[in-house]
Amino acid sequence: MASIDHESYYVPDSSSLAVFTAVSSGLLIGGFAAGLNGMTFGEGGSVGWTVSVVGLVLFLAALFTWFRTTIVENRAGMASAQLKHSYVLGIQWFIFSEVCFFVVFFGTLFYVRNLAGPWLGGEGTKLGDTQALWGGFQYAWPMQFTPQEIIGVNNQVPANNGIFVGAKELMHWNGIPLINTILLLTSSVTVHFAHSALKAGKKAGFNLWLAITLILGFAFVGFQALEYHEAYAELGLTLESGIYGSTFFILTGFHGFHVCMGATMLTVQWLRSMMKGDFTADDHFGFEASSWYWHFVDVVWVGLFLFVYIF
Amino acid sequence: MSEHHGPAKGIKRWLFATNHKDIGTMYLWFSFAMFFVGGFFAMVIRAELFQPGLQLVDPQFFNQMTTMHGLVMVFGAIMPAFVGLANWMIPMMIGAPDMALPRMNNLSFWLLPVAVTLLISTFFMEGGAPAFGWTFYAPLSTTYAPPSTTFFIFAVHILGASSIMGSINILATIINLRAPGMTYMKMPMFVWTWAITAFLLIAAMPVLAGAVTMMLMDIHFGTSFFSAAGGGDPVLFQHVFWFFGHPEVYIIILPAFGVISEIIPTFSRKPLFGYSSMVYATASIAFLSFIVWAHHMYTTGMPLAGELYFMYATMLIAIPTGVKVFNWIATMFGGALTFEAPMLFSVATVFLFSLGGFTGLMLAIAPIDFAYQESYFVVAHFHYTMVAGAIFSMTAAVYYWLPKWTGRMYNETLAKTQFWIAFVGFNLTFFPQHFVGLAGMPRRTPDYALQFADFNMMSSIGSFIYGFAQLFLLYIIIQTIRSGKENADEKTWEGANGLEWTLASPAPFHTFSTPPTVK
Repeated sequence: MASIDHESYYVPDSSSLAVFTAVSSGLLIGGFAAGLNGMTFGEGGSVGWTVSVVGLVLFLAALFTWFRTTIVENRAGMASAQLKHSYVLGIQWFIFSEVCFFVVFFGTLFYVRNLAGPWLGGEGTKLGDTQALWGGFQYAWPMQFTPQEIIGVNNQVPANNGIFVGAKELMHWNGIPLINTILLLTSSVTVHFAHSALKAGKKAGFNLWLAITLILGFAFVGFQALEYHEAYAELGLTLESGIYGSTFFILTGFHGFHVCMGATMLTVQWLRSMMKGDFTADDHFGFEASSWYWHFVDVVWVGLFLFVYIF
Repeated sequence: MSEHHGPAKGIKRWLFATNHKDIGTMYLWFSFAMFFVGGFFAMVIRAELFQPGLQLVDPQFFNQMTTMHGLVMVFGAIMPAFVGLANWMIPMMIGAPDMALPRMNNLSFWLLPVAVTLLISTFFMEGGAPAFGWTFYAPLSTTYAPPSTTFFIFAVHILGASSIMGSINILATIINLRAPGMTYMKMPMFVWTWAITAFLLIAAMPVLAGAVTMMLMDIHFGTSFFSAAGGGDPVLFQHVFWFFGHPEVYIIILPAFGVISEIIPTFSRKPLFGYSSMVYATASIAFLSFIVWAHHMYTTGMPLAGELYFMYATMLIAIPTGVKVFNWIATMFGGALTFEAPMLFSVATVFLFSLGGFTGLMLAIAPIDFAYQESYFVVAHFHYTMVAGAIFSMTAAVYYWLPKWTGRMYNETLAKTQFWIAFVGFNLTFFPQHFVGLAGMPRRTPDYALQFADFNMMSSIGSFIYGFAQLFLLYIIIQTIRSGKENADEKTWEGANGLEWTLASPAPFHTFSTPPTVK
């Protein structure tokens, strides 16, 4: 980015991409909300879900077209060094916002484990109020018995609804989670090898290392599916099993969703490289952005492995 | 593929816009429309409170009004208004050809009508719109929420996505598209305040997304984040919400500070006093905004150490804010002052926002807040900051830059009249609310004890006057656009400085395709 040519900054012509994306995401999300609420609009059946699926297809089509447009523009040489730097800033700040999103759920976990949980167990209260409401509840993490289970559903204060039954068994870190840690950490190294190979101009090496990364990434997703099945079928660890299940699934669930997104991004880059021969040693922003995202997902996992599984 | 094309024709110009001025215009009109929607809700509230007793609406609907008034004003009116201003002005102020990512810019805008449609549609659903207040505390927003809350949650998600994309765009523009020679410490204050605001938005909006996501999970998927029965904690909701909510109030006010930091030097015919201290004060306010959130929660229940920490940390904010206020006054001191409409609104902002700041200090003191919490004193406090801070400075910005946007001059006599109507209406509405609040009138109530009747009637009359002032503003703007005096003068204001005043009026469709050199 040594010399920046200001005069060639590309300001695109008017474009229908944004409106198409906005309307389709409205259908996707509005339909989803209607589906969740079981709204029928006098038609019977679940109209909402149908609208949502249609919205999803349109939304994906919009994203596909959008990315396709920018790739075509880049091939046509319209993307100046300055515009590429705007893209770099865009993805970097986007990843920062994603970090902030995960901070909420880690913060929730720390708050529950260090403050709210002990207080529920009667610690630090001068008036004994929590024990008046949840008498006999003793705090331990992971929380295997919810306050509701201790005092019985019929004795709880009315502001609480739902049935929360703690997990029968706990999730251990040294099974699937350990395998997944190894898979994801390795994939972060292999994606770096792919990057190095690309910068050295070795396209064959790039394609190979990226393929290995993808295999590791999808293996992670497969193992996580297995882990969820085990949690539901054998451990009794579900969304309904109190705050332990809630924090476990929201952290691992959103992380798993982000792994899927990152793996999809990398898959697209691999297909671009294999089928269209995209990317050169000095022009590979699509891959670079995806790899940054992948490293971010990896770092989040390290946090998860430490604070959700081990400690 | 010529770079120098004009605008497209008809509806396509707006639907498919990539031009920062067109998108800025859409943001401004959209936020103005939402301002009237939110304002209508406020009129319903004040009409009901005109007299004690229940006259016009039932309490449930009244709660929907207070909730939606807050949500529409914060997310639909004030925030998009300043994003619109950023869109219009930042590229012109830093000598950029457009925003850094023009198509994403258009997406940021068009997500807003989508989100607001979801939000307003809740009025027509079974159980009505959300009625739990704009802060949507659990369990009111989970266990006791109407079904339409699902739509509210997703509306917030989309609004957040819009804000994050808009902020990424603004930051990329400021970092990457400054003209040669436009160093960071030469940027206009408005650009600086927006850079810091955009950072706050990118950090805070995901927190709000997390909060509503946990609500959604609690409502529909059986989790117990905010339910003690499952080991969660409803107070957790308040922590997460205010961890977003406190930066949010600075997200609203910092661009307003930026606007008056542009206007006051112009009409004082002096450079801004203490430019670099303004920059550092803004950054300090932004930093402090992340470590003071629980001052909204003194009465919720917190260890004593927490109460003390949040009290002292909150009072620290008075220091950088004081730096700003004194700098504005020092800018005016000894200046060749004139009081055109933008200056009137700016001076009123400094004066009235300072009053709001002082009541904020009172509320910051934990033992005193125990008495004031959830009273009308709080309502008076934050309307002095939100309305006199954000809306007054936004009005100042409209008068200040309207000649640049339209190439036509507004009618100064009408504008000054509008200012005095707004000023009197605003103070008549909210000043008495300090008194009724201190005397014990709770907020969010459709009915009240008889001793509050006189002040409430004054308040309602004031609000109708203030509402009329906004219709008057709309009239003045339309009159300016249709038949205002031609103003081809590049500078418009004698004392104005900055790159935007080197451009023709109205500003051409594309500006600074070749960047200027800033010395």
